[in-house]
Amino acid sequence: MADEPLVLGIETSCDETGVGVVRGHTLLADALASSVDQHARFGGVVPEVASRAHLEAIVPTMDRALREAGVSIADVDAIAVTSGPGLAGALLVGVAAAKGYALAAEKPVYGVNHLAAHVAVDTLEHGPLPEPAIALLVSGGHSSLLLVDDLARGVTPLGATIDDAAGEAFDKVARLLGLPFPGGPHIDGQARAGDPAAIAFPRGLTAPKDQAAHRYDFSFSGLKTAVARWVEARQRAGEPVPVADVAASFQEAVCDVLTVKALDACRANGIGTLVVGGGVAANSRLRAMAEHRAAKHGIRVRVPRPKLCTDNGAMVAALGSHLVAAGVAPSRLDLPADSALPLTTVSV
Amino acid sequence: MLVLVVDSSTPAVTAALVEVSAGGVTSRAHRCRVDARAHGELLAPQVDAVLAEADVRPRDLAAIVAGLGPGPFTGLRVGLVTAATMGQVLGVPAYGVCSLDGIGHPAAAGEPVLAASDARRREVYWAVYDGAGERISGPDVDAPAVVAERARELAVTAAVGDGAHRYAEVLGLPLRAEPRYPDATALAALAAGRIRAGAPGEALTPLYLRRPDAVAAATRKPVLP
Ligand SMILES: [Zn+2]
Repeated sequence: MADEPLVLGIETSCDETGVGVVRGHTLLADALASSVDQHARFGGVVPEVASRAHLEAIVPTMDRALREAGVSIADVDAIAVTSGPGLAGALLVGVAAAKGYALAAEKPVYGVNHLAAHVAVDTLEHGPLPEPAIALLVSGGHSSLLLVDDLARGVTPLGATIDDAAGEAFDKVARLLGLPFPGGPHIDGQARAGDPAAIAFPRGLTAPKDQAAHRYDFSFSGLKTAVARWVEARQRAGEPVPVADVAASFQEAVCDVLTVKALDACRANGIGTLVVGGGVAANSRLRAMAEHRAAKHGIRVRVPRPKLCTDNGAMVAALGSHLVAAGVAPSRLDLPADSALPLTTVSV
Repeated sequence: MLVLVVDSSTPAVTAALVEVSAGGVTSRAHRCRVDARAHGELLAPQVDAVLAEADVRPRDLAAIVAGLGPGPFTGLRVGLVTAATMGQVLGVPAYGVCSLDGIGHPAAAGEPVLAASDARRREVYWAVYDGAGERISGPDVDAPAVVAERARELAVTAAVGDGAHRYAEVLGLPLRAEPRYPDATALAALAAGRIRAGAPGEALTPLYLRRPDAVAAATRKPVLP
């Protein structure tokens, strides 16, 4: 519909430079430039390398997005940008770019929360989100469980990882197994040929004693260490490491914990919708397990297609569009990039 | 021709609106705040303020000039991305000028002068200008003692810029008070030839001078302690 807000979204919180264009809940363009190849040899994202790449990529990526959407920046109603959380220097490039676009085109700018954007992106695939909903956000940088009461104005954090993010555990285990960075897709691929029950790896914070303090929190550090010990014991004994079985058993442990806790949150709060987002939501086992387990309790699982799960500009545009439609006031031009922006702040 | 100038290569966050004519470059509005930690917050409101003060709409701009550094990377990028994105939307050229030229060129007065800005980690970004204000060495990044040696070799008789003030004792050169930070009108004057000629805009590539800090995976600790 022509009267729905036309919003540009800019994402630079990690290693992807994303510009998306959204009208209402309709995705018009999703342009992406990634510096992931420049980080691969370091085994993780190098912040300064990411920041330099964002500066080089932002103008051409914006050009591509506008061309793909067939709109001019003069047509848009607002410009949304990830203002946090994320890598400080990387965020700053996107925030300054959004302000430059907003100043030159005389448009309002919305600084938005990256995690809320991961939830909002699902509206591009499955339409308006029933509220309240539970959201499980899992990536290389975050692992959080949220209660989404009102996506425009506030979300309530229920729990988060107390050590490594789930995606980080995938990267580290991939490295142990000699698989390339980023580890997620490679573990997923290896796991298809492996036995998920081959090795009983630990499920962090799922013991009865953890329920009081950490019912909705995650811990993947112990799992990572257990995999490392298991693999190194094999290597010391001079035996071959069954990569597919280790990958499948590790992945099973991560997905088991994530889905058990997410569905527990749904049932405890009487909520019938679970949204899964973030790069790890692209994991095939997580999607299948969440759907299978949720169905038993009559809970609907919404997972956007993999390209929308990883970081992109469309998710920021989707949240921006939601904010404009809800009548939320734009940010001021002195909007800061905030690497530790709290989850409770949807827009700045 | 109305030209926007931005520089964020030093703790001074600068936005200015200048008029470039056949006769010269004159300042119409100017904002400068010194705060090494707030480039991202300060620059856009300052751009907005200089446009408002001169009663100019962004679409009235004919070009944008940005200081390319060298300078601390995070702050430096704020100015460059602001200039690049505004130029993209407005369809006007953006030109880069070495930020040290905005200090050294206007300070030149017949004899060689050293311009220096703070590079943190006990180093300075520096360049040397001849008596007419032409850069004859640099830009580079070095420890102040190394710069002092190079300045002696180049027969420098004075030093200028915030970095020169900070390391005045090591440099051992008479100081010029102004400009302490890149001068916006000077930056515009150094791009005036390109502006008047309507030269094509440029990719605004920062003068980083340092490689990114990065730890290679091969040297990382194993997962187990
Ligand atoms: Zn993310």
